[in-house]
This record gives sequence, structure tokens and C-alpha cells, in this order.
Amino acid sequence: MTKGMVIIGAGECGGRAALALRDLFYDGPVTLVGDEPHLPYERPPLSKDAMASDAPVIKAIASDEVLAGRSIRHIHSVQAVAIDRAAHLVHLSDGSVLPYDKLLLATGSTPRRLPLPGLGARCVYLRTFNDALAIRAHLSAGNRIAIVGGGFIGLELAAAARRLGVTVTVIEAQPRILMRGVPAEIAKIIHEAHEAESVKILCGDGIAAIADDGTEVRIALAGGQEIVADLAVIGIGAVPVTGLAAEAGLTIDNGIAVDAALRTSDPDIFAAGDCCSFPLAVYGGRRVRLEAWRNAQEQGALAARNMLGAGEAHAAVPWFWSDQYGLTLQISGLSDEGSKVVRRDLDDGAFILFHLAQDGTLVAASGIGPGNAVARDIRLAEMLIARRAKPAPEALGSQTIKLKSLLAA
Amino acid sequence: MSDWVEACDAEDIDEEDVMRFDHGGRTFAIYRSPDDEYFATDGLCTHEKVHLADGLVMDDIIECPKHNGRFNYKTGAARGAPVCVNLRTYPVKLDAGKILIQIG
Repeated sequence: MTKGMVIIGAGECGGRAALALRDLFYDGPVTLVGDEPHLPYERPPLSKDAMASDAPVIKAIASDEVLAGRSIRHIHSVQAVAIDRAAHLVHLSDGSVLPYDKLLLATGSTPRRLPLPGLGARCVYLRTFNDALAIRAHLSAGNRIAIVGGGFIGLELAAAARRLGVTVTVIEAQPRILMRGVPAEIAKIIHEAHEAESVKILCGDGIAAIADDGTEVRIALAGGQEIVADLAVIGIGAVPVTGLAAEAGLTIDNGIAVDAALRTSDPDIFAAGDCCSFPLAVYGGRRVRLEAWRNAQEQGALAARNMLGAGEAHAAVPWFWSDQYGLTLQISGLSDEGSKVVRRDLDDGAFILFHLAQDGTLVAASGIGPGNAVARDIRLAEMLIARRAKPAPEALGSQTIKLKSLLAA
Repeated sequence: MSDWVEACDAEDIDEEDVMRFDHGGRTFAIYRSPDDEYFATDGLCTHEKVHLADGLVMDDIIECPKHNGRFNYKTGAARGAPVCVNLRTYPVKLDAGKILIQIG
């Protein structure tokens, strides 16, 4: 008898996987288990538009009607607590048990905790819609927020908070913001945009102590400065949610380790999205873990195909974006794969940095500019990267040579 | 029936490319296909209202510049996540080197 497909984690990845199973005409039971009380929803707006609006609303990936119409059973507000691999069963926190033929772990990631004493009710993290609502309640004009960590979540939140008239201080222990994955030349543009909007950015100074009395947070920096805020939002990265997989004895390696087809060390269990590490084909199988919306979406769909036996290998090039004020940054590929940079200037101050490996292979492209000024060329770069192309650096750098023409080469 | 509106010169758009056209408070996207035909759709992606004219045209597909939602610009058909609502299309004709679209 068909036990069906069970998906643990009802975020972008899990939600897309459930829909994809039906797109592929799978007609057995599909069960989507999430620990949040909401429909599967898109997380990117939480630090962007949703935060700057008066009343944030959920942007659902699928409505109750769509889920019901496609016979996807969505169990919410429940955690998976154990996997019985031998019996092909998942035990849930409400005591119920789900049988599966194939299981997908799309458990996502969770904010990295700041390992300091003194954190209280006014020190928060941003991951879920409910987190966003709680933060939004403090973002009224004249309030002060401190953001610990100059990464994307923190900087996007800073931009949204400035639109609401909140005083913002960003504290980054590294010498500059966006140290991970963003070239210094582009981070500088973002840094300047924040300063122009009166965000105070403090780099290269660690936190010595935090005191949170429940109404106010005092952050003492190692250099002697003290930041006082009504709310501290901590955005220092994320860690993959692997507890369930580890307890089931699956291999963990910077996330749930999967092969190119997103299979874990158990052939009937797949993992996809933020929670897994996988061999990135475009860089010769280098094992990576990505925390990105598009990756979650693509891997969710790929996992669905492979749960049905397609045996297809992951081949996508990493891609992500960030919006801050009127600027959009887009990066395809991982820039740390490159050793040489070629700059291409576009209109309106926008530019793209092409990252080339030693042998001339294009491995990444990072762009920033107003609106969607870099989008088209970043997309073309992504196709070149996927083909392992070795475009002439002069052509990449010349605004008069269309990138599209390099694809034909 | 509504009138035909002049949008641009045919030569304003490269082959396999797209251009934005605003008219009467609305925004449209006008396409020139690789086989040199012209098409028009609503200008904003049905996912998050992003201008499609900043996106990439490949064959008969326009890809949203923001989240890579894909549409067939000849038919308006949505081609997978994150877009699920089709784009509205409009009739196009060429007249003396000008592109005209019929805005319904």
C-alpha cells in the first residue's frame, strides 16, 4: 500500500516540494508538517516590505483552498520529534505518527544565538512571521533599535526601520559589513547608502556585555562605547536545523549531508534548502550549504522529482538578492571561488563585478544598482557560469559589448 | 472597443528584447521576438508587481528581474514558481515602422 510522501518543514522549500509532487501527477498522500501556525509563506519580505508596512501580512505560497484542492494535508503548529527509519514512520509532537514511502527534510535554518549572558525580552531574532510582528511593534518613529550583525537580515531591517523614522545603530564585529560573500567594493556602496540615511554603523568592535532590563537594552562594546536601544535585533547568521536528522543517525556535515540528487545517507530520506549541505556541481562538487530563497525553491522542486525516482542531479548556480532603500544587489555564483575581478559599469551608477577563476572561468558575478538595473546582466552571467564559460575579460568589462552575445560564443 | 495606441518605433527594441511603455496610468511591456515579431503584455509581474521590462527575454520567455518568475510573452502563460497568475496580453500591429498596441 502507498504510505505516501511526508515533508517536514512547511517553508519555501517544503511548500514548493509539496506543490511540485502534485505538478508531477503524484497521486498518493502528501503531508506537509510545519511547526509554525501559518500557511507556507515567503520569508524574504519579512526583513523588507512587510517590515516597513503598517500591518505586515503573510505572503502565502499556497492558500488553504489550493492545498485542499491539491489534496495536500498541511499539519501546522506541530514538530517532528523522531524518525523511525526501519519502520518508515515519523513521530510528531502531538503524539501522532505518519508513515512514509519517501521523506523530505526541509527543516530550514534557525538564527545563530549570541553566546552572551544578559539577553532578555528586548533582545530578539528574526526568522518567522511572528518574529517580524514582534519586531514591527517596536518600530515607531523616535524609537531606537540596535542591530547586532551587519549581514543582509540586519541591513535590510535597518533600511525598513529608517523608513519608519526609527533611530538605527548597526554593530558589526568584522572590519566591514557583509564580509561573507559580498565584495568590499559593493559593501561600500551599501554602507554609504545607510550612512546617507543616518544609520550609524560601527564596525570592528566586539560586544563586551549586554544588559537587558526588559524595557531597554544597553550594549557595551569592547572599545568602550555604549549603545542604548529600545530593542536589539540579533542577526549574526543562521545554523541549519539538523537535530531530527542527527538523532535518526543521518550523516551531518555543515547541515544534513546529501548527494547531488539531494538524498541523505538513507536512500528513502531527502533533504533540501537551508538545512542541507550538497555538492555544488558548478564548482566541481565543492560541498556548500546555501541560505537563499531561490535555492530553497529549486531544491524543493528537485527533491520532489527525485522522491518520484527521477535521479536528477542538482545543477543550479547559487543566486540571491537584497533590497535596501532604492538599491538592489544581486549575486550569482559564490564570489570566493574567483581570484580575479573585472568591473563592468552600467547606467545610473550601477555596476557588476565579474569574478574569474585562475584559468579564466567565470565563477560569479556581483552587481548593485538602483532598482533592477543589474538584473538582466546578472541573469546572463548566471547562464555563462552554468556553462563554465571563459569569456574574454575585455568583453565582460565593456559596456558596448552585450553579454547576451557572449552566450552565443 | 478601445483604440490602438502608438507605443514606439519598431527599431527602438532590439531583437529578443523588451521595452517598457507607460500609457494612461498603466504600464506595459513590448517585446520583439527572435523571429522579429512584436508582442505586448501587462508591464508588471503578477507575483510582486515588478517591471518586467528590466527582465531578460530568451526565445518566447520573459523572466522577471526580481524573482525569476517566467512567462511566455506571446500567450501570457505563467511558467512556474513563483508565478501562478498569467499575464494579460494585448494585440500589437506595425504601421509605417511604428508599434501600436490595442489597450482593452
